[in-house]
Amino acid sequence: MQVSQSKINDDAIDLMINMGPQHPSTHGVFRLVIWVDGEKIQKVEPHIGYLHRGSEKICESESYNQIITLFDRLDYVGNLNNELAFSLAVEKLMDLEIPERAQYIRVILCELNRIASHMLFYGVYGLDAGATTPMLYGFRERERIQELFESVTGARLMHNYIRIGGIKEDVESDFKDKVHKLINDLKKSVDECDDLLSNNEMFLVRTKNIGIITADEAIDLGLSGPSLRASGVLEDIRVTDPYSIYDRFDFGIPVGSKGDCWDRYFVRVQEMRESIKIIEQALVDLPEGEIITPIKGMVRPPKGEVFVRTESPRGDLGVFVVSDGSDKPYRVKVRPPSFVNLQALELMLRDTYLADAVLVLGSIDIIMGEVDR
Amino acid sequence: MADPKNPDSEKIVDPTAAGKSDLKSEVKKPVRKEREVPTVPVNLDEKSEQLSSFLESNCPENISALIGAEADIVTITVDKNNLIDACNYLKNDNKLQFNYLSLVTVVDYEAISETFELNYHLVSLKFRQKIAIKCNLSVNDLSIPSISKIWTTANWFERESHDLFGVIFEGHPNLAPLLLYEEFEGFPGRKSFPFHDYQEW
Amino acid sequence: MNFQEILKYFVYAGLIFTVLAGIAAYLTLMERKVLAWIQQRMGPKYVGFKGILQPLADGIKLIIKEDLLPSWSDRAVYWIAPVAVLVPALLMWVAIPITEGIVLDDSDLGLFYITAISVLTVMGLVMAGWGSANKWAVMGGLRAAGQLVSYEIPFIMSILAIAMLAQSLNLTEIVNQQKTFAFILKQPLAFVIFFIAGLAELGRIPFDIHHAESEVVGGPFVEYSGAHWAVFYLAEYMNTFTVAVLTTILFLGGWVWPEMPFEGRLHDFLSILLFMFKTVSVIYLIFWIRGTYPRLRIDQLMAFGWKLLVPLSFLNVVITSVVLFYGFSHFVLSAISIFLTAVLFYMISNRSKKYDSGETVNVVSASQLRDSQR
Repeated sequence: MQVSQSKINDDAIDLMINMGPQHPSTHGVFRLVIWVDGEKIQKVEPHIGYLHRGSEKICESESYNQIITLFDRLDYVGNLNNELAFSLAVEKLMDLEIPERAQYIRVILCELNRIASHMLFYGVYGLDAGATTPMLYGFRERERIQELFESVTGARLMHNYIRIGGIKEDVESDFKDKVHKLINDLKKSVDECDDLLSNNEMFLVRTKNIGIITADEAIDLGLSGPSLRASGVLEDIRVTDPYSIYDRFDFGIPVGSKGDCWDRYFVRVQEMRESIKIIEQALVDLPEGEIITPIKGMVRPPKGEVFVRTESPRGDLGVFVVSDGSDKPYRVKVRPPSFVNLQALELMLRDTYLADAVLVLGSIDIIMGEVDR
Repeated sequence: MADPKNPDSEKIVDPTAAGKSDLKSEVKKPVRKEREVPTVPVNLDEKSEQLSSFLESNCPENISALIGAEADIVTITVDKNNLIDACNYLKNDNKLQFNYLSLVTVVDYEAISETFELNYHLVSLKFRQKIAIKCNLSVNDLSIPSISKIWTTANWFERESHDLFGVIFEGHPNLAPLLLYEEFEGFPGRKSFPFHDYQEW
Repeated sequence: MNFQEILKYFVYAGLIFTVLAGIAAYLTLMERKVLAWIQQRMGPKYVGFKGILQPLADGIKLIIKEDLLPSWSDRAVYWIAPVAVLVPALLMWVAIPITEGIVLDDSDLGLFYITAISVLTVMGLVMAGWGSANKWAVMGGLRAAGQLVSYEIPFIMSILAIAMLAQSLNLTEIVNQQKTFAFILKQPLAFVIFFIAGLAELGRIPFDIHHAESEVVGGPFVEYSGAHWAVFYLAEYMNTFTVAVLTTILFLGGWVWPEMPFEGRLHDFLSILLFMFKTVSVIYLIFWIRGTYPRLRIDQLMAFGWKLLVPLSFLNVVITSVVLFYGFSHFVLSAISIFLTAVLFYMISNRSKKYDSGETVNVVSASQLRDSQR
């Protein structure tokens, strides 16, 4: 009797495992259904929507300035970047001129927010890999940045600081010194974090050549941000489609070549260093002056639609706003980078082990608030 | 409130008040209607101008596209039957190469023009250009060919749009609910969804 | 066997359990303090003086916590599993001496007995995984089985080399033979293999694969809570202590001082002090590793065990026997062993060098990109 190979495989019993929604390393309420054969992953099926709050729909019944608070709650790790994206969209609709000082403060805070976000990634990624110390290191640095945010915006997480036309209030007089001190500390600590984890033998063994995604696949899947650059695609919206005042700064764009987990990790580590460079330049140029362009009455943009792309810590954060001329938008649609990046998970998890699923998922750096909106 | 001691006070006051308010509304209503809503001026940069003129001269006739612009982005409006052709053209033409799909979104114009507008925002990573494909769907026939085979990005966006707006994407590999749960009825993205009547408990 | 003898054994058993439980409890405090120090934080500090009573508070909390039973679980297996893990951890202490004369049973087969008992832990873990009726638990239990069984071989093989060197299986005798040279100097390779395999046996980072929180959510222990969970952790810390003690006895010279001017009680006291110092140093090393490394994947762990540690430990046994048989000087053994240890570390670093290429990420300057766009 002849038994074909495929027949044997059909008979093999795969174990279906629910990873999430209550799993410690799914980074929120994300559910991944995995079929495993022993430890090998045969098939995965992501399920999202556990955090769906209908933010985009709620936006349609809020006035423009109120929406900024909703954007805070999308990507709750890179809040300021989200606020910036929405304000930029409305400012483009209204064709507003933003005061220089506000522009610079926005950039400084957004880049600090990027570092904070990547620090969180760094810590959590270490924890995913099983190392406990990186998490404490990462959170310590993030704490420093959040202390600065607290002193500037009054809140540690949901800042609601960037306004349409500028920023809420001027920074304190010692802002420059504070940021100077902060980035000097950060420079040291980024190196420290890098030393601790990046070239650790076991970390290399765990993350190199895992979850590979090629440049063509990455573009086809619409990956963005560090995940796209790790695959070797030179694309950074701050440079290629500059918004705000990013075209004035000189900084580096880390680009990977393999598109594996380690590249995605290290691109982020390098990005922290580049963000520090941007902040340094912005601090030197920070001018005095107005902080907001006053708008009379309610914010009422003219009729029309606009699509703005920005580079959030997680990637291409786009905001699509349709205005009908009233004080509430007709339609708001966010292009959430995590949402799109998460689609690549199925492809990244081919030929991997169950333990890798955690690391691959971690390397995409998803924030469920943004995925489900 | 009327004075209890003087029962007639109500009668005396009321007509005048009503008359005043009538007068006011007669004067004010036309003013509100006439409030002019400005539109966003089109402000294309050099690159987009080039793209616009290139498309106007080179776009294949079978697509029968309408080239326009919104704010700073070139738009190309196509019929839904020509959508796949238009997408293939934009993606594969050597001088365009829109290889990156950024966003798929639905805008509900049901109350205004009985249509749903689909927006596909494309980016060319090679030439650093942006374009938006627009496609109008009649409310009576909400089916449109899926473009998830051209750009895989569209997969989840289309599932989401199906979830929230009930647009049917023909040829989509899996239109199962993404953000909502399986038993959910109605389309909460639409303007007509009874948003504030919704009783949770 | 009269009544007095039976009573004596009961007292001894109670004594072992109490002392070991106390040590295990305070190891948790030590681990938390050491990790906190590595991670630049305070660690427990509110309960008692500088957190000295923290283990007590933890214990009380765990005991009064509700003990949950999953409805689908295999009850008998589920309840027996913690005991099946704890009992071997205690049984090992029958043969382990703290210092000359302080041992329950100074058996000539002591080492043999310990290796035999230490394998039993696996059964408890698999039982816990199976009994919980949870997919993660089953997966963790099977991981534990694979890991513990495969690392048992290099573990035993490195012990065998020491036994050959000492020509004895009696632990007191082994220690006394190290009066001039500790066996770590004669057998560094066996020490490295023993320590790595010991870590794997304990399931501590970087080998905590069977109860990895971020992967299998605690593995076999996922459904356990309260006192039963505490029993597992008690056993884990007892085993940590046991492995550290065995490392001290087998390789670090145990309690013997090279020159000891004192006699009697003072001598014993100083011996125990030395012994504890060495043990705590080894435990500190284990905790230090925990604070530094991420964990391996199961297939990498297996490859490391079977392709590197098992052949090297066999080689070690062969070399030791050849040296002993022909009566070569022990310095020859020492030299060969140091060389092989160097080979082992070279192979480990070479393996990671295969991956070590920081050049996969380049930094392109923004101005360059802007220029290319124009």
